[in-house]
Amino acid sequence: MAVKNRKQQLLSGIATNDGHGENSPYFHGWDAYERNRFHPTQNPNGVIQMGLAENQLCFDLMEKWIKENPKAICTPEGVNEFKGIALFDDYHGLMGFREAVAKFMGKVRGNRVTFDPERIVMSGGATGANETIMFCLADPGDAFLVPSPYDPGFDRDLGWRTRAQIVPVNCSSSNDFRLTRAAVQEAYEKALESNINVKGLLLTNPSNPLGTTLERETLKALVTFVNEKNIHLVCDEIYSATTFTPSRFVSVAEVMQEVEHCNPDLIHIIYSLSKDLGLPGFRVGIVYSYNDAVVSCARKMSSFGLVSSQSQHFLAALLSDEEFIDNFLSESSKRLENRYRFLTEGLEKVGVSYVESDAGLFFWMDLRPLLMKQTFDAELELWRVIVDDVKLNISPGYSFHVSEPGWFRVCFANMDNETVEVALNRIQEFVQTRNGTTEASP
Amino acid sequence: MAANLRNQNQLLSKMAIGDGHGENSSYFDGWKAYDKYPYHPEERPDGVIQMGLAENQLCFDLIQDWLMKNPKASICTPDGVLNFKDTAIFQDYHGLPEFREAIAKFMGKVRGDRVKFDPDRIVMSGGATGAQETIAFCLADPGDAFLVPTPYYPGFDRDLTWRTGVQLVPVACASSNNFKITKSALEAAYGKAQEGNIRVKGLLITNPSNPLGTILDRETLKAIVSFINEKNIHLVCDEIYAATVSTNQHNFVSVSEVIEEDTECNRDLIHIVYSLSKDMGLPGFRVGIVYSYNDAVVNCARKMSSFGLVSSQTQHLIAAMLSDDEFVDRFIAKSKERLDKRRKYFTEELKQVKIDCLNGNAGLFVWMDLRRLLKDQSFEAEMELWKVIINKIKLNVSPGSSFRCSEPGWFRVCIANMDDSTMEVALSRIADLRQNKDQNTEVKMPARKLCRQSSLKLSLPRGKVEDFMSPINMSPHTPIPQSPLVRART
Repeated sequence: MAVKNRKQQLLSGIATNDGHGENSPYFHGWDAYERNRFHPTQNPNGVIQMGLAENQLCFDLMEKWIKENPKAICTPEGVNEFKGIALFDDYHGLMGFREAVAKFMGKVRGNRVTFDPERIVMSGGATGANETIMFCLADPGDAFLVPSPYDPGFDRDLGWRTRAQIVPVNCSSSNDFRLTRAAVQEAYEKALESNINVKGLLLTNPSNPLGTTLERETLKALVTFVNEKNIHLVCDEIYSATTFTPSRFVSVAEVMQEVEHCNPDLIHIIYSLSKDLGLPGFRVGIVYSYNDAVVSCARKMSSFGLVSSQSQHFLAALLSDEEFIDNFLSESSKRLENRYRFLTEGLEKVGVSYVESDAGLFFWMDLRPLLMKQTFDAELELWRVIVDDVKLNISPGYSFHVSEPGWFRVCFANMDNETVEVALNRIQEFVQTRNGTTEASP
Repeated sequence: MAANLRNQNQLLSKMAIGDGHGENSSYFDGWKAYDKYPYHPEERPDGVIQMGLAENQLCFDLIQDWLMKNPKASICTPDGVLNFKDTAIFQDYHGLPEFREAIAKFMGKVRGDRVKFDPDRIVMSGGATGAQETIAFCLADPGDAFLVPTPYYPGFDRDLTWRTGVQLVPVACASSNNFKITKSALEAAYGKAQEGNIRVKGLLITNPSNPLGTILDRETLKAIVSFINEKNIHLVCDEIYAATVSTNQHNFVSVSEVIEEDTECNRDLIHIVYSLSKDMGLPGFRVGIVYSYNDAVVNCARKMSSFGLVSSQTQHLIAAMLSDDEFVDRFIAKSKERLDKRRKYFTEELKQVKIDCLNGNAGLFVWMDLRRLLKDQSFEAEMELWKVIINKIKLNVSPGSSFRCSEPGWFRVCIANMDDSTMEVALSRIADLRQNKDQNTEVKMPARKLCRQSSLKLSLPRGKVEDFMSPINMSPHTPIPQSPLVRART
């Protein structure tokens, strides 16, 4: 024991605390999946992964583009650029890459706003982007208001090495977990009373785990709110292209133009290609700030997590192909919506409700009727049954810091059609058994 | 304007407002002159030649040749696209197993297979930059310190201290014994820190050294390992230049070898920082590695790697490339050969115009001794000379002060980032410098005027300037007593 303590003293406080957040059930469920992965023919009784928010529906489009556009630095057509690209470690990033990302972000918002390539700053995925923005805006001990339920990774990204804290703004089922200005105001005032220095508000829009998008009026109210309090607004818009009806997504980039006297120095967007394009492996995180000093600082910090120039080069080419991108975005939205409808309609048939949403790679399922008791312990118990017996790795609401038990996030975009059908059947059977009904599923 | 500034100061973190990023150092200033008017053989033959960038550009032909023969290495070729999806969705912070295995094997080969590396200890990071920061986050709390021998890479201030709150305590090394790290210097620095109530958590060494271009001999490395064990502090070895060492003289001795022989060493204290940016010349690909013998550090660094994973596209390419034993053996050998040839040629030519360099057999640069060209042995004089070199001679070299060297007059000159003909142009310009200096009658200017004339931001070594200025012209051969634990190397 003494030896262990001595060993621990060797390391930093950060290295020995739980700030990485990995002891949450969110990550434990994955073990069950890893040990026993579903495969339609080789392991039909395995666990189906529904806890991973990945977008796997459009790789066919991308692979076709690659075959038709040999430009990468490892192709004979592109290899004359290899040296220049391999040597390029300028933290401004390739101009072509920044321009392409800026243009893409504009397209995703229906070209209702344009983005300035000079404000595009790289980071190590959205993970790195969130951490970087906190390092720029908050001192140790400072806080950000974050509506719950929220992405479990935020504890690590926003608070681990930065030593900033998260003050949750609890949303409830009573109004479908919609965020209101009043709730933010209340949380803000309460924090001040406890002598917590609130530096900003962080929104995820579209929401993870809800899959809902903010209404224009709500977003305007929140932009107004932060201006009144002179605190920052960080909008994590990494699911912006997963909206089923792209014209309905309202970005903070649009709203800030509509709010009188909005101070642009307070507005920052976090972006990534991991969800919208389905390329999490390429670690493309973007910090986009309307505050020049933040752009400058974040850019210097980007040295700790630049995007590989090999990937910058590839993506610059891919994203510059307007025809491809327009088609990709519309196909992706369509396929995501189809998935969502297939599953939610199937659930309705067995009386399972969910929060109606219009974006994301998941939806927020209501299993409160199946809980033995309305407690988080009961939720965890139910969850273990679902993972171990029903063999679906869905994510318990608890891991998203939700304030009420019984809710689960179900991911649907990371599997093929066959697997989705199996998954739906399993949920339907389970629900019916649990409810004691004997009706066969239609 | 003032109100806006005040507002910004309140709006942003202290980190964002401060200078901790270190970009106001003279190291970076010289690049601005180059950026404004870079050399090009046809378009701008009188432009500034970049000799401040430690890049390895000598072996791209080998890599490109390999790429053409191995289309599966890329997920964007018709041959490789079947791997596109699986690679693109792979974000596991353990990294692709084949990537880790290939890196471990490469690291072993670079050390002549005298040691083996465990793929399960290979942890990714955002370049060596990210690796250094990650290690500091794992080992030290804000306020804690790392000892770092001078002269050292200017980026360390940003990498190790900016966001971590850790501080660096310099360990002074002197030209009188070829800038070797001595036990007495280590003890002195450690003691001074203790007196100042600074908790020292570790020692960071760069071996091969940037900017010196030298390698540590086995005895010195062993003495260092003993020292840190004695004090129970960490040893972080930045070995990113490991494959740039000439084979014909003395072999590179890695800390990984030394601890194999040392049964007393507490391995929980030993960590290696690695990267492919220098050894393979691929800085754009951001392949940083944290390799620790401490399980808890591996674990923690791996969790932190989420902030700077290597792109899976790049992992896939590197895995394929470095798994090709024949290619790797050939690459390492050819790279060393070409670097050695470049280094020898450059230093011989400099000798012809009576300019000495520190005797080194590694790195992508040489440590040039221009003390004789200084008006006086001061850092102001060094800055003056440097301005002349950039603006009149048109070479971007890096002044020793930006590496926190304790003595003025030394310059790091990068030699592996240009082709042969550019090298010739650079050499002829250096010859001009020497000639100019010989011909001009030296006008001694009053020190104060020199200070005011310096328009470049000067980054002086920490501590009082007087501590580092010597009124006497020191010859490189002035004898100094050696510590019995550190054997001198020629």
